[in-house]
Amino acid sequence: MSEKKVFLQVKDLNVEYVTKQETVSAVNGVSFQLEKGKVLGLVGETGAGKTTIARSILGVLQEPPAVLKKGEILLDGRNLLKLTEEEMCSVRGEKITMIFQDPMTSLNPVMSVGKQIAEVIALHDKISKSDIRKKAEDMLETVGIPAERYDEFPHQFSGGMKQRVVIAIALACNPQLLLADEPTTALDVTIQAQVLELMQKLNQENNTTTILITHDLGVVAQMCDEVAIVYAGEIVESGTLEDIFENPVHPYTIGLFGALPKLNEDVEWLSPIDGMPPDPTNLPEGCKFSPRCPYAKEQCICSRIELKVITPGHKCRCLLEQGGN
Amino acid sequence: MTDAICLKTNQETVKKKSQFLEVLKRLSYNKGAVFGGILFLAVLLLAIFAPLIAPYDYAAINIQDRFLSPCLSHLFGTDHMGRDILSRVLFGARYSLLIGIGSVIFSAFFGIIIGAIAGYYGGWADNLIMRICDVIQSIPGLILNIALACVLGPGVFNTILALGFEGIAGTARLMRSSILNVRKMEYLDAARTSNCSSYRIILKHVFPNTFAPILVQSTMGVGARIMLAASMSFIGIGVQPPTPEWGAMLADSRDFLMKFPYMCLIPGICIMLVVLALNLLGDGLRDALDPKLKK
Amino acid sequence: MSRLIEIQNLKKYFKTGRGMVHAVDDVTFHIEQGRTMGIVGESGCGKSTLGRMLVHLEESTGGQIIFNDEDVTQLGKNDMKKFREHAQMIFQDPYSSLDPRYTVEDSIKESLMISGKYNRTQALAKTQELMDLVGIAPRLRLSYPHELDGGRRQRVGIARALALDPEFIVCDEPVSALDVSIQAQILNLLKKLQQEHNLTYMFITHDLSVVKHISDDICVMYLGQLVETCSSHELFEKQYHPYTKALLSAIPSVDIRRKMNRIVLKGEITSPIDPKPGCRFAARCGYACEKCHEPQKLEEISPNHFVSCCRAKEINI
Repeated sequence: MSEKKVFLQVKDLNVEYVTKQETVSAVNGVSFQLEKGKVLGLVGETGAGKTTIARSILGVLQEPPAVLKKGEILLDGRNLLKLTEEEMCSVRGEKITMIFQDPMTSLNPVMSVGKQIAEVIALHDKISKSDIRKKAEDMLETVGIPAERYDEFPHQFSGGMKQRVVIAIALACNPQLLLADEPTTALDVTIQAQVLELMQKLNQENNTTTILITHDLGVVAQMCDEVAIVYAGEIVESGTLEDIFENPVHPYTIGLFGALPKLNEDVEWLSPIDGMPPDPTNLPEGCKFSPRCPYAKEQCICSRIELKVITPGHKCRCLLEQGGN
Repeated sequence: MTDAICLKTNQETVKKKSQFLEVLKRLSYNKGAVFGGILFLAVLLLAIFAPLIAPYDYAAINIQDRFLSPCLSHLFGTDHMGRDILSRVLFGARYSLLIGIGSVIFSAFFGIIIGAIAGYYGGWADNLIMRICDVIQSIPGLILNIALACVLGPGVFNTILALGFEGIAGTARLMRSSILNVRKMEYLDAARTSNCSSYRIILKHVFPNTFAPILVQSTMGVGARIMLAASMSFIGIGVQPPTPEWGAMLADSRDFLMKFPYMCLIPGICIMLVVLALNLLGDGLRDALDPKLKK
Repeated sequence: MSRLIEIQNLKKYFKTGRGMVHAVDDVTFHIEQGRTMGIVGESGCGKSTLGRMLVHLEESTGGQIIFNDEDVTQLGKNDMKKFREHAQMIFQDPYSSLDPRYTVEDSIKESLMISGKYNRTQALAKTQELMDLVGIAPRLRLSYPHELDGGRRQRVGIARALALDPEFIVCDEPVSALDVSIQAQILNLLKKLQQEHNLTYMFITHDLSVVKHISDDICVMYLGQLVETCSSHELFEKQYHPYTKALLSAIPSVDIRRKMNRIVLKGEITSPIDPKPGCRFAARCGYACEKCHEPQKLEEISPNHFVSCCRAKEINI
């Protein structure tokens, strides 16, 4: 493990959203690392802080209300949080890009799709106008859209095609790190299959390191090498795909799998997780999951639980696996 | 059982109030809105109690004391006929506010009904109403007002009618668009499956949810109408002297602008303050009523 | 088992500026008492329109809906009111299906009061009972929707649908806006209510794992047409229609040992405006031939398994 080069490292990231009335602790001490070319799945429910983590890495948090309390984000050993806005600008796009959830709003409606791709290429590559157009057309073809549609506008495209255009824009400058925030949630299953296939192909061809944010465990199973389960702004369990899917240990992870209707088995009743995710303005002191956890003990409620290694690469934030049980 | 019901009715009164209080509470976070609200309330009270507060009769002419600068006996000075400007401004507030509020109520009343018909029923009724609104709105506002005022003749009541008529089209359009917004909501379908009649759906589900933008527009509208009324009086087709409407006072001061600036400054500042107060209040209301900010 | 609802050649066309949208075209199936019929399809396949027609939120253009031996497309105003007490709907978006100015209690109570069967005291007692049934704490009865989370709002929507003791409920994507753990709570609740009250559901969704879990029978729709229908169990075992095959193969499986073997469809869903006769899937279908451009009939390929594809037998040997 340690011989391989760590490409992205996030250390103790803390982000809060502060407004006059309240403070929302969105990310609470998230740390993880990722090797080059790997796909990490960031899984969690609405409001768990997945998108905030991605936005922090890209440096596009809305400040205010967001406040990055502390933490380090090292890309190839360089702390992104120490960079000036100008330096960050060149990192964004060249090294990191992000695909947002909603393809309908992340394209400019009054600019042709080809131009939108060309714009990004022109910003990062110093090549002639005709070369830019050629490259943009190539990108369209790569994502399976005929180059003749270069001059068409976003409203002439369907949802799946728009998302593919967004992917083409994201990949136009051949980024080293791709942040995909629920890239297929707004799409139909058959279109999702097309987009996932495209992302997989690009990952293999360009060796792009990818962070895939999703709540769909099926997508994770098909796409990712590593998985981190996020709950209430903390990583509660992380490991390889096999660790998490075949040998989950955190009660929340186990709960998630129990709550999921599966295609390959028949159950009369699903086993939902009781209760609701905690209020992020008023998080429990100890384990954030303890109010919903069937195994919670007094210790879980009072003391802060640390992420501990269970087997090499497989970490879990739970007393059950660390202590006597 | 009866105890439970008693308890319930008690809680219900608390609940009904609470939504209004919640808006007030959110409004109180906005300093501008609080300032606007207090200022407007103060002007309103001064207008209502003008006869008690005003030191002189607003129409009492006293040629000897003309063009007095502010002094102890005449706090805001006197005008070209020796009338006390403070008294005139206080009574003027009554007319200006009456015109502003009256015309807004007039246009809100008709605008809401017409807009609701257009928005809820759609089809040809919508088309007809909206085209008529287009025609009304394609005539420049001031010219329409002048035309109406000429037909109706000058006077406070006629100014209200003229200003109110012009506002109907705008309010109807706003009402229609917010109804179209609400119509997309699934709770209307749910109401239909609960066997609600159309009448009940419009009254109980559609109207209360379209209320917020109309209220905001109306609040700001009062300010706009006060300005319009003032400009109409200024060109001599609105309220006629000696009625001390603020615009009419400005019109009177026109000839003495260089010689005696107080005569135009004081009503001018009054108009500015009231319009500012209403705009701040309207802005605050818009934020306070926005359900997206509700947590 | 008796048939509660029978749908025959049901059609819904919308007139638009660009032509006639065939939202639901010639759909025939039936739902048996106490069972759940899942309606599956991608966006724009007409599944929501179909559901809305069944509770008469939408007038049908043609065809019949026979509910308890009565054609409900022909009902007068008073009979319609009675029918609505039997057939209710749970809506997709828990954020827009509750009136923001109504408390939980008011929302549930409304239909009780309108029905005229309850006085105020009885309606309040019944509301309490319903809230209990769907698991909303009594202290929340005076809360407004914006104070509740998605799961609780959806519970309120379910309580409202149950208020008049209906026999039949159309569930229009009731869990697609919810997180996995909450989704499981709501699915279990729906199932429990079905068993306790002998309810019949029509469950509309695009999520195939959900539909497999909750449904007894499934209809697969594509662009307004019914392409395949059979029991839920059978559908996931053996599909005959090429579209159903592609759809099922596209679901990302949580089984990490079984990497997807997708049938990736080319192109996009075509427009339902003034469609040509014949199979609407033909343009994207790998097996399309001349015959596919003629109108297709729903044929029974094996007992109680209907497919609308002229080549179904051929390509499944």
